[in-house]
Amino acid sequence: MHKLLVSAYKEVLLLLRDWGGLAILFIMPSVLIITITLIQESTFKAVGESILPVVLVDEDHGEISELITKNLANASNIQLITEEKGSSIDAGRAQALVSNGTYQIALIIPKGISRELDEKVNHNVEQILSEFSLTDSDSAASGNAKKQWPTKEITIFFDPAAGQTFRNSVKSNIERMLSKVEVQKIYDVFIHQMELSEDPELLKDEIITFNETIAQKGEDGIIPNAVQHNVPAWVLFGIFFIVVPLGINLVKEKNLGTYTRLRTSPVSYAVIIGGKIITYMVICLIQFALMLLIAKNVFPWLGLIEFDPGAQLPLMTLIAFVAGLAAIGLGILIGTIAETQEQSAPFGAIFVIILAALGGVWVPTFIMPEVMQRVSAFSPMNWGLSAFYDVILRNGTAADIARPLGYLLLFFVATLTAAIVYDQKHQTR
Amino acid sequence: MDGIIRVHQLSKRYAGSERYALKDLSLSVKEGEIFGLLGPNGAGKTTLISTLCGMIKPTSGELWFKDMNYRQHRRKIQYQIGVVPQEYALYPTLTAAENLYYFGSLYGLRASSLKNDITHGLERVGLAGFTHRPIKTFSGGMQRRVNLLAGILHRPNVLFLDEPTVGVDVQSKEVIMKLLHELNEQGTTIIYSSHHLNEAQHFCSKIAIIDEGRIVVEGKPQELIDSVPGAANLENVFIHLTGSQLRDYA
Repeated sequence: MHKLLVSAYKEVLLLLRDWGGLAILFIMPSVLIITITLIQESTFKAVGESILPVVLVDEDHGEISELITKNLANASNIQLITEEKGSSIDAGRAQALVSNGTYQIALIIPKGISRELDEKVNHNVEQILSEFSLTDSDSAASGNAKKQWPTKEITIFFDPAAGQTFRNSVKSNIERMLSKVEVQKIYDVFIHQMELSEDPELLKDEIITFNETIAQKGEDGIIPNAVQHNVPAWVLFGIFFIVVPLGINLVKEKNLGTYTRLRTSPVSYAVIIGGKIITYMVICLIQFALMLLIAKNVFPWLGLIEFDPGAQLPLMTLIAFVAGLAAIGLGILIGTIAETQEQSAPFGAIFVIILAALGGVWVPTFIMPEVMQRVSAFSPMNWGLSAFYDVILRNGTAADIARPLGYLLLFFVATLTAAIVYDQKHQTR
Repeated sequence: MDGIIRVHQLSKRYAGSERYALKDLSLSVKEGEIFGLLGPNGAGKTTLISTLCGMIKPTSGELWFKDMNYRQHRRKIQYQIGVVPQEYALYPTLTAAENLYYFGSLYGLRASSLKNDITHGLERVGLAGFTHRPIKTFSGGMQRRVNLLAGILHRPNVLFLDEPTVGVDVQSKEVIMKLLHELNEQGTTIIYSSHHLNEAQHFCSKIAIIDEGRIVVEGKPQELIDSVPGAANLENVFIHLTGSQLRDYA
């Protein structure tokens, strides 16, 4: 035990004297978590949570444009733009404003659309009622003649950079709004034609509505957001980045000859490696705590959502601990196989970046192509991230994260065993 | 065969190599001897020392330390041997005291006595004022002296030295050789490998010249010199036995 503690103490001293290594371990992940979260948060807001400015050109000035304007104005995430520097915007100007990227959407309501809808609905309702002999026969007879209606279109201009999903979403919302207006109109005409007493409450509430709820356990779950993706993702990235300094540490020992001295000393490989495991595990946990502190205290200061692990902190710490073991195993394996720092450092760094990309750190796995989602399942960072998601987003218990943690532990055992076997074969060949 | 270290029919062939680094080598080192292993490059000196230190496993043959076989008692044997490798084998960013404390602790030495030994040892090699300086600030000679101390803090019965004075100035060399003589007088057996034949001639009580994995000749330095007609020193003997051909092995 004394040898193990002395070995760990030696590793701590080596780290404390290596400012470059400490920068990699603490400053790099801190900068990354802040920068990437800020970038992803603003991107997320551009298409989701933030206010979306919509240019509205009303050439109709009728009932329909009034209803559309009212609906858009009532939408919490839409800001209606009808004027530019005190002057009204026409269709040509609206198109120019969208094409030059000032706004993402412009809606043009054509002249006469309300009048035309009125006529069309009145005509159709009269026809229907005449079939039931509920209206004047002459009037009905005259209405039986097939009437042609010129097509009126509401034009939507989209920013060329707007994605198809975003365009479909906006189109769908406007179509839904128009359908509602049409139904309301038909209903009004029926009431009028049949000389019924109006029931203004009838169509006020929708008959079928959606109840959108995030599927999670318990009542006190947290709604997912960009911060809740980035915090665990970059915690894992930081933890796995210890592969680089740990690999360098092992290669240096071989090159300096200190490893030769250790191998002639009465100390087992387990003790030599154990000292490194203890030290780098402490580093992982300090990194984890640092990231959480940044997410809790610095994020709100930067206008980001605060990340509060709350009651999930123990389980999150457990995940960080097991992910740390997996990262240490990988670092030991790379450091054992590599002959020079020129091999271990770039390989370690690039390998971690690949694991991060595959694991869903940069881009969440659910928006990856299917084939990449299957590949992603082999990344230890994906196992760690899915465990964090289970805990943060679904209020998962220790039992819920047993499988990903099991994979991470297996990864640790496999990499460490491979390193030991390689070392034994290579050194005693 | 008696001796503190006994080697019987030792052979070593590295994986992937056709050539034997050691071939049926037998020798015995008596307690208290300063045993010199000399030989051209690739002769097998480092392989023999690495095997005797328990770093590599022999392909065949047997080794004993006192009455302990290496196969069964490697860890116990390692407590009783000290190794001073040719490389400095120290952590450059740690101080002399920190390096020595770490390596001493691996032999089970306890903090209080170890700290005293470190202070005393650094004084003996003229580094009393450099205890808390990082090794990277030391000259080659200073690092050699700390390297030697790291191998003897636990007072080993047998000390393996691989080129202990290579690349050092005359003053450092004198300090190192003096310390080694003192250790030997206190009972430490020394197994010494070097290309410095003149140094070996004066330092060693017995010498074995190895070539192509075999011991070519073994004896006291003066006996070896006398055995070769016209030889005035060990270098003449060495050239006579191993030839002048370059030994370059890829």
